[in-house]
Amino acid sequence: MSRLSELFKKQNQRVLNVYCTAGFPQLNSTLQVMESLQANGANIIELGMPYSDPLADGEVIQSSGNVALANGMTIETLFEQLAIMRNTIHIPVVLMGYMNPILQYGFEAFCKKAKAVGVDGLILPDLPLFEFEHLYGKTIKENGLDFIFLVTPETPEERLRKLDTLSTGFLYAVSSSATTGKDKDFSKVALYLQKLQSLKLKNPVLVGFGIKDKETFDAVCTYSNGAIIGSAYINALSKGTDVNDTTAQFLKAVLS
Amino acid sequence: MHSFNKSINYQDPSAEGYYGDFGGAYIPEMLYGNVETLKTQYLQIMQDPEFQREFHALLKDYVGRPTPLFYAERLSKEIGTQIYLKREDLCHTGAHKINNTIGQILLAHRLGKTKIIAETGAGQHGVATATVCALKGLECVVYMGEKDIERQAPNVARMKMLGAKVVPATSGSKTLKDATNEAIRAWINEPNETHYIIGSVVGPHPYPDMVARFQSVISDEIRKQLKEKTGSELPTHVVACVGGGSNAAGAFYHFLNEETVDLVAVEAAGHGVNSGMSAATTQLGKPGILHGSKSILMQTEDGQVVEPHSISAGLDYPGIGPLHAFLYESKRGTFTSATDEEALQWAFHLSEIEGIIPALETAHAFAILPKMNFKPNDVVVVCLSGRGDKDLATYMQVMDMKK
Repeated sequence: MSRLSELFKKQNQRVLNVYCTAGFPQLNSTLQVMESLQANGANIIELGMPYSDPLADGEVIQSSGNVALANGMTIETLFEQLAIMRNTIHIPVVLMGYMNPILQYGFEAFCKKAKAVGVDGLILPDLPLFEFEHLYGKTIKENGLDFIFLVTPETPEERLRKLDTLSTGFLYAVSSSATTGKDKDFSKVALYLQKLQSLKLKNPVLVGFGIKDKETFDAVCTYSNGAIIGSAYINALSKGTDVNDTTAQFLKAVLS
Repeated sequence: MHSFNKSINYQDPSAEGYYGDFGGAYIPEMLYGNVETLKTQYLQIMQDPEFQREFHALLKDYVGRPTPLFYAERLSKEIGTQIYLKREDLCHTGAHKINNTIGQILLAHRLGKTKIIAETGAGQHGVATATVCALKGLECVVYMGEKDIERQAPNVARMKMLGAKVVPATSGSKTLKDATNEAIRAWINEPNETHYIIGSVVGPHPYPDMVARFQSVISDEIRKQLKEKTGSELPTHVVACVGGGSNAAGAFYHFLNEETVDLVAVEAAGHGVNSGMSAATTQLGKPGILHGSKSILMQTEDGQVVEPHSISAGLDYPGIGPLHAFLYESKRGTFTSATDEEALQWAFHLSEIEGIIPALETAHAFAILPKMNFKPNDVVVVCLSGRGDKDLATYMQVMDMKK
């Protein structure tokens, strides 16, 4: 059973997935950030691979990616950093990124290497369903990686069920059609999540986009298995001086 | 990895938008609804007789089509061949871009959209979009790189006068690529009421095909006009500049399946293909994904998109439309390039020998003519995609330096 499945078997409520950008704030801070997230109560780590043109992300995550790229982060360097992560990191780790850098690395080589260093799953927002089914999905599955599709309030039910069927680990529910880091109207989000709950999906549902503090985390946890926080944590890291202190404070506030 | 089914008819990509291995719709789920609506409806809407009637009526009475096909006598003599200029510079707003925006505004109207967003490089597409929004009374927001806002000031002023809001793109290289990112993000954030009018044959399927079809009026007219002037519908060569590739797609379209016609695409070499300051995508790029489609892309070994350089804002783009990537890969097209300096030189030269001041983008297409070894009986059509008014500041600097 995959680490993600085991996690949700043990805990199906208030699962907290925190996004951080690999190579941010420093090139070699990746593991420190991950260890700090684990120590302070994160249940899943979503590690973003920086890209020059991250279409689904807002300003905050894009600028952290630019810092990481300027620091010299590449997929190759990331895998070198992650080679020893399973000595200390026991919670699930998923890689989030865009297709182009992965294609240049080699899609199959990327999946093999990700599995080898102990990555559990992938979130690739610009890998479409058609290309997943006809080309890339097989490679992902053959290498034992979970694949997490995004769904939005506009995703029609038939498609939603298909994306749920093809996803393993969890399903990523985007709280509303938007890029990351935007404020949301949570009354609408609640209605959407209630609808998702009523569909009795195969996968646990984690809610992302607009989750930034205790209030928003609690709000979406009422109707889902947990949430993903990204931009708010990156903001905290940008302002903080010490990774461990910043992470401890941030997660304490969210999970209190 | 195996590849998708090869589409061998250059005019019709596969159902999922592939020309050979290039194309597709690599978009986040947040855009799925909008893109899917377009994908299932664009052909039906475009083929509707009432749509066609309205589209062609506006092209005729508002844009001023058909644009002339002009035999350039002095240029022909100098190059030693027969050269015809397709005068897209005479379109309302000064470039071919409006052929597409007229089509897309009518389409947006039929889809019930109330707001239009667009990206622009040189500002020609922004002006063409602002124009049709004014014509149809729709709200218009144009995303433009901060650097391009500086170098294309007249077009920024025109967009504002036409009632559009111009939003500077301040990320990355602050040019067309970044303006496109911002426009796509804006679309993600307001998907329901908004239609995104992409200005080139780039972006997720169905945009490359849709824009090519709207621009194909260029080659449709060339065939008829050439028949009248030479007795044959077919030239030996069609030459066009390529950034994303919309004027080239339009000028090539009705010749794509005519094997005897050499399709010549001219990219911007900037300071020189190997200078590190270039936008010659097919020479410098590798297959990759940008702005929702798989194509040829200028990028680092790690797959980060490279910031291109061209003196012309409209060609300053690190990618190329998937149709052009396929024309390049299949060798159906001849791909060549011209430098900043050659383009500038030819902007002046064309002005002096034919009395036509071309846009800097367009000047690239002329710059390769002396290098092509045309035969005296060849019939060469050059797509004169835009006029040079917007580039006068650059041209004035050159004249000042010559003093």
